[in-house]
Amino acid sequence: MPINSDQDIVLARHKGRVLATEIGFSAVDATLIATTISELARNIVSYAKKGEITLQTLRQSRRKGILIVASDNGPGIRDIRLALRDGFSTSGSLGLGLPGVRRLVDEFQIASSPGQGTVVKVTKWHPDLQEE
Amino acid sequence: MALVQRVVRFRSRAVIVDVTAMDVLDSFASRTLREIALMIRLRGAETVIVGIQPEVAFAMVQLGLTLEGVGTALDLEEGLAYLNQKFKNIN
Repeated sequence: MPINSDQDIVLARHKGRVLATEIGFSAVDATLIATTISELARNIVSYAKKGEITLQTLRQSRRKGILIVASDNGPGIRDIRLALRDGFSTSGSLGLGLPGVRRLVDEFQIASSPGQGTVVKVTKWHPDLQEE
Repeated sequence: MALVQRVVRFRSRAVIVDVTAMDVLDSFASRTLREIALMIRLRGAETVIVGIQPEVAFAMVQLGLTLEGVGTALDLEEGLAYLNQKFKNIN
C-alpha cells in the first residue's frame, strides 16, 4: 500500500484492522495493530513524505500472526539507539513513537541510515496456539 | 484554528470533543488534541474529550500516550456534568 497522504494512513489502518480480524485477533489486538500501522504510516508521511506499508499473514506450524513492513526512501535515522530510547518521553528522543510501537508488538526490527531510507518490520502473533 | 476562532466568537466556556467515532488514537492524534486543548485554554475555555472507546484507551496506555491537560469523560452527559461541577466550584 502506498503511503503518501493522510488518507493513505486511514486506509492502511482500516486494511490492517480487517486483516487482523480475519486472522482471528481480538478487537483489542486489532486496535493495537491498527494503531501500530497508524504510527508507522504517520512517520512515513511526516518525515519521508512517501513510502509504503505491506501487510502479510504469517503461518507457522502452531501459530498465526501478522507481519507489517513500513519502508521509505526518506532521510533515514542517524542514531537508531536514540530513536528507540524509552525515557520519559513516550515519543522517544526523536519523536518517532518507535518505543511505543515496540511495546505494542512481539517482534520489532529496524534498518535505517542517513540517506538510505528506513525499513521497520514488526510482527504480532496471535496468542492462541493452534492444534497440530 | 477554526475551532479556536469559534470559541472566541461565541465566547464559549468549554468545548466538548466527541471521539466516539475514532477507532484509533495514535500519538499524532493525541498530540493534536492536547494542542487544541492548549489553544482553547489560552482563550480561557476548557476542553473535555468524550467517547474514547475501551480498546482505544487500552492501546493509548500501551503506547504510553497521555492526554495531559485535557479533561476526559465517558460521554456527552458525563462531560457536561464534569463541566457543570468545574464551573460551580469556580463560581
